Amino acid sequence: MSAPTADHTLDEILTLAASHFKVPREKLTPDDDFFKTLGIDSLQALDLLTRLEHHFRIELPDYELQGVSDFRTLANRIQARL
Amino acid sequence: MNEFKGQTLSWHIVNGAIELALHRDPCNEIGSLTLDELEKFAAALPELANEAQALIVHSTLKAGFSAGADLRELFQRGQEMEKGAALRGVREFLERIHAVMNALDAAPLTTIAAVHGVTFGGGFELALVCDIIIADRMARFCFPELRLGLIPGFGGIPRLKRDLGNAVVRDLLLTGRSFNVMKAQQIGLVSQIAAEGEALRVARATASQVGKFDRLTAAVAKEFVKPIPYEELKREIDIFCDLYSRPAVEEGLRRFVENEGVQPYLP
Repeated sequence: MSAPTADHTLDEILTLAASHFKVPREKLTPDDDFFKTLGIDSLQALDLLTRLEHHFRIELPDYELQGVSDFRTLANRIQARL
Repeated sequence: MNEFKGQTLSWHIVNGAIELALHRDPCNEIGSLTLDELEKFAAALPELANEAQALIVHSTLKAGFSAGADLRELFQRGQEMEKGAALRGVREFLERIHAVMNALDAAPLTTIAAVHGVTFGGGFELALVCDIIIADRMARFCFPELRLGLIPGFGGIPRLKRDLGNAVVRDLLLTGRSFNVMKAQQIGLVSQIAAEGEALRVARATASQVGKFDRLTAAVAKEFVKPIPYEELKREIDIFCDLYSRPAVEEGLRRFVENEGVQPYLP
């Protein structure tokens, strides 16, 4: 099975984040700061990371998220593990 | 004392299992008050063990099982005391928490950690003293101490070395990364994975199963398969105290305590 495209990965991340943090999907854009848009702190970011790892069936060390705060960069980090 | 309700934890016996519940906001940080109450529990354990076949340790807080040692208290006490007194205080704290952890590790009944969410540092070490770890699907484990210029101080390294392969221990310790339950089960740390919010229920079912067996046989089997690395545990305290004396640790603790950003728990 081929890996999903970067756009598809980004879309799945936005959908999952919107669903879990109860934010309308249409309000999320790729370059949003997810800490601000979702209103989450670092513990909730770890929760999001765990959900993404389960969803994509990958392991993403949290040090790869250091300084990452927008969905697009997050998607790139995940894409590199698929 | 079959039942206790403290400020940081509570316990009671339900269906033949002692349930030790952690409930200190925000995420069961282990400081002096928690230690006082853990010591009460350790003192009560021999009598409790006569009436129960299992012990379940869990958290009632949404954030997780435990974020580990109370770093704010550690930092503040270091600021208030002269260096020598602060170091003696750290050593005394470690010796006391080790005594509690060793008592739980050697308890003559089957012990189960039912963990969810953040299970970091000292919280991870508390889970590691238990015979069986049952983890909620959203649990996350981490030894972040090297970020502060320290090593785990509540017995984590000797118990990880006892339970896991050394290559895995090096990865977890030297990268300080957090990892999820799939990884935790893959490396042999977690016995069972429960759905979100179901770890305590699964732990109760496991405690019920444990209760079917002869108590003495179970205690002897446990002692046979789970040696306690006392010498390494003592060495860990010495290494921790040697590292704690350095200015880099004070700076690491200050950075954590004074961090007002959104990412203090990310490396």
